[in-house]
Amino acid sequence: MFAQAATSPEVVWSLLWPLLFLSIGGVLLVTVTSVIPALRRPGMPAALTILIGGASFVSTIPVWRRVADTEGPTTVVAGAMSVDAFTVVMTAIIAASVVLTALVLDDYLRREGLDGPEWYVLLLMSASGGVLMAAADDLIVLFMGLEILSIAVYVLAALHLRRTDSQEAGFKYFVLGAFSSALFLYGIALVYGATGSTQIDQIAANLRLPNEAGLTPIEDASLLLAGVALLLVGFAFKVSAVPFHVWTPDVYQGAPTPITGFMASAVKVAGFAGLARVFVISFSEFGSGDLIQDDWRPILAILAGLSLVLGAFMAAGQSDVKRMLAYSSIVHAGFLLIGVHAAGHGDAGVADAGGRALVFYLITYAAMVVGSFAVATVVAGRGDADHGVDAYRGLFRKHPALALMMAVLLFSQAGIPFTSGFMAKFRVLGAAVDGEAYVLAGVAMLAAVVAALLYLRIIVAMFLDDADDEGGDEQVAGSVRKIDVPVGAAISIVLAVIVTIGLGVLPDLGRGVVAAAADVLVNR
Amino acid sequence: MTEFLNDWGISLMVFLPLIGAALMAFVPASQEENHKTIALFTTLATGLVGILLIADFDYDNSDVLQFAVDARWIEVINARYTVAMDGMSLPLIALTLLVVPLVIIYSWNHIPNPGNPKTFLMLILVLHTGMLGSFVAQDLVLFFVFFEVVLLPMFFMIGVWGGEDRLYASLKFFLYTLFGSALMLVSFLALYVLAGSSTFNMVQLAENVVTEDISKTAQVLIFGGMFMGFGIKVPMFPFHTWLPDAHTQAPTQGSVILAAVLLKLGTYGFIRIAIPILPEAAVEWAPWIGLLAVIGIIYGALGCLAQTDMKRLIAFSSVAHMGYVMLGIATLTDFGINAAIFGMVAHGIITGMLFFIAGSIKERYHTLEIARLGGLLVQAPKMGWILAITTMASLGLPGLAGFWGEFPAILAAYDPAPGLSDALFRVYMVIAAIGTVLAAAYLLWLLQRTAFGTPSEEFENDPHIHDVVTEEWIAWTPLLILMVVLGFYPRLIFGITDDAVINSLLALGG
Repeated sequence: MFAQAATSPEVVWSLLWPLLFLSIGGVLLVTVTSVIPALRRPGMPAALTILIGGASFVSTIPVWRRVADTEGPTTVVAGAMSVDAFTVVMTAIIAASVVLTALVLDDYLRREGLDGPEWYVLLLMSASGGVLMAAADDLIVLFMGLEILSIAVYVLAALHLRRTDSQEAGFKYFVLGAFSSALFLYGIALVYGATGSTQIDQIAANLRLPNEAGLTPIEDASLLLAGVALLLVGFAFKVSAVPFHVWTPDVYQGAPTPITGFMASAVKVAGFAGLARVFVISFSEFGSGDLIQDDWRPILAILAGLSLVLGAFMAAGQSDVKRMLAYSSIVHAGFLLIGVHAAGHGDAGVADAGGRALVFYLITYAAMVVGSFAVATVVAGRGDADHGVDAYRGLFRKHPALALMMAVLLFSQAGIPFTSGFMAKFRVLGAAVDGEAYVLAGVAMLAAVVAALLYLRIIVAMFLDDADDEGGDEQVAGSVRKIDVPVGAAISIVLAVIVTIGLGVLPDLGRGVVAAAADVLVNR
Repeated sequence: MTEFLNDWGISLMVFLPLIGAALMAFVPASQEENHKTIALFTTLATGLVGILLIADFDYDNSDVLQFAVDARWIEVINARYTVAMDGMSLPLIALTLLVVPLVIIYSWNHIPNPGNPKTFLMLILVLHTGMLGSFVAQDLVLFFVFFEVVLLPMFFMIGVWGGEDRLYASLKFFLYTLFGSALMLVSFLALYVLAGSSTFNMVQLAENVVTEDISKTAQVLIFGGMFMGFGIKVPMFPFHTWLPDAHTQAPTQGSVILAAVLLKLGTYGFIRIAIPILPEAAVEWAPWIGLLAVIGIIYGALGCLAQTDMKRLIAFSSVAHMGYVMLGIATLTDFGINAAIFGMVAHGIITGMLFFIAGSIKERYHTLEIARLGGLLVQAPKMGWILAITTMASLGLPGLAGFWGEFPAILAAYDPAPGLSDALFRVYMVIAAIGTVLAAAYLLWLLQRTAFGTPSEEFENDPHIHDVVTEEWIAWTPLLILMVVLGFYPRLIFGITDDAVINSLLALGG
């Protein structure tokens, strides 16, 4: 009798390959490296990770064919996960950032004398959590993904054993992260209480369904709104939106630099994927009048505005490049939140523009931020401590190619034409203006100008400062520490630059992919 | 030939400099002569294509956009690669095509510290593409992209090859301009959305603004965003503070390009984009633009009188001269805007020339402090006379080019477009006229202190001080000739611009 009730749901394994590669790959990696010592040799775990990440990335292609072209979106494991264009795109971004991070990490660990498979295992684990989060069709599954992702990253942040900064970062991240997870979980409980479901589609359907008292969840709003608010706090923490950002600069600064790159790209992408899926699918309606999103969109707008303004202004006062990039990631979070804000609009056209802008922004953002942190890893040199702007002085003289690529990545983050960052900002702002969020768009552009100062300071240091200080001391000191770019990091940076320039010059590339992914969110 | 020009002429002209720059990237930096040759030939080839275009231009229909190309570009945002030129852009394109090769010739023996002609010339070529592109773009996104492309090379030129305060000046220049373009971009987007989210084409937008019935408030606000973008670039009075710093710190070549062409991007934006697309809002804004313009005229002139540095003085005189241009534009009459275009070209030639001279003086005397200079006519008589002619042109002496930019602009203010207050603009007219007196004062004073008298003891027997040299002659003669020719025969420009200007003001009913 029990056996009958407990039949496990049918699983379409073939659609799950991208996720399975990452999670099983991680488990296998920890197993085989502990059994076969030969695989613990420097370089091996990294090579295997790149292979696994690459396999995951490549396996998104057949899945894409099925869900986007032939069979259409579907759910697997009894509605726990949805496999659709949005999932696939987010999975591909996360898998790609695993590969790019592993490329940088390999040399970094050898340089720091920390080589070992545990880094890569945690990296794969956290990536699989991220994919689960992006694919979740159920708030409980989403929470599982969030936890798998976060716990692995907490450890990764603290894994530079010789730097107290790193331990501090891991601990800080853990305490605040655990707190936000708790809030998030409570939010799930309240939403379940209000709507009677944890399934993302079902929540949306139940919003207008009357309960025993004859009131719909929307009319009897207190429970639902409290739940929505707590979910928003949880997500805002993960994507480091002001005022839930306080951990970001410290953790980004303290964590090992390649891991910071991973946090800024994959973790943030997963966070935004979850945020977009829950808020745009579950808590948005089309039409006019009393819409559910009227309750959360203004809050989101405020979060976005605060992130933009505070992030930009705080960044201006920093002198540590990792901290600067941390604040810049807060500014980017503001832009991405504008995308979510537009995607939740009651008008289908605006929502569509917002969804597309969001997906496009995530793709471009992940590439440029991984590349930027890869450069930071290389420039900092042994000890991973030399992250002051001064470390970049005269970089153009020392290593012109590296300086040029960093300049491209930073100009892209600043949103200069012919880089992907320009198109990303353009589309987000276009969507915001389309949704009549003029103030938000104006604030965003002004914040972008202030933020440009931060990128310029680094660029100025790289190109312009070199002739300063005629005295020989500095020049000698600069030339003593030669900068070698390891092959792995070089590949990673070049790939990031190719994506950044490619999507900047030909923004129509992958247009269908972006549109299909956004369609999942918006055509609810 | 005509067919080729119709399809490819403009694109070839715009992107040739970029090709040249790409070519230079493959030549080792040590082959300095080769770099100079490539750069010069690139700009000359660009100029040749430009001359063919200008020769093939149908002057009887100068109000029609010619050599138009409309191709697919970024479909996701409905941005198209639309380029064309008409009588309004032609003089400015010609100015750009002329000035850039002259700057490169001047660079032959004048590469500023810290050297590296390869990168320096490559930046000038990229700048060339950006400037030409801005003048031919007929799509707002394309325009914006070119407008921004101009920013980076200039930033590096000031920041790397500039004077002592180059860092401060380059950052200030960059941030001011970026701030303006940020608001401008929001305006463009708002315009796009309100006009039906279908096109960024300037001409179609102007039509859609009427058919979509965009509210006046929205129009006024959008115009405001554009005003910030273009006004900062011009620069108009309260936003001008980046200009003296940028000019003083920039290398001579940077100053010349900045004064001759970059500033015109702002004024050109007003007459090409802001006013034709949003005529109703223009009427609302015109009194304020006029006010800021005359404040700029007086403030710039007073600023000049207070300067002790020659380059800074010329920079402030730019603020004043661009004030006349903006006053002409603010009248919203064809007369005023024709004057404004003439003023743009004249200012480009004259002030470009003044910066060339300032650069050469700096090279000889190693200072531009006016108090230490003097007796140029004794030590370098030819250069002294050139300075004299150029200052005369700058103060608006009839018979030289400067006159036709200032005088008609002042005259136009007597009778502004319908809807604007005659009384107010006549007050502006009087103030602007007083400005010409001040201009005469500061320019003559400058001339008197630098060129007249006897050389100061410091430089009396300095062997470095010599007269005009060959590459200076080559770079300067065309500008001097144009100064005189345009002074005597202003129809050379008015004849081209007039129809196009009238066409651009059709929506105003004027």
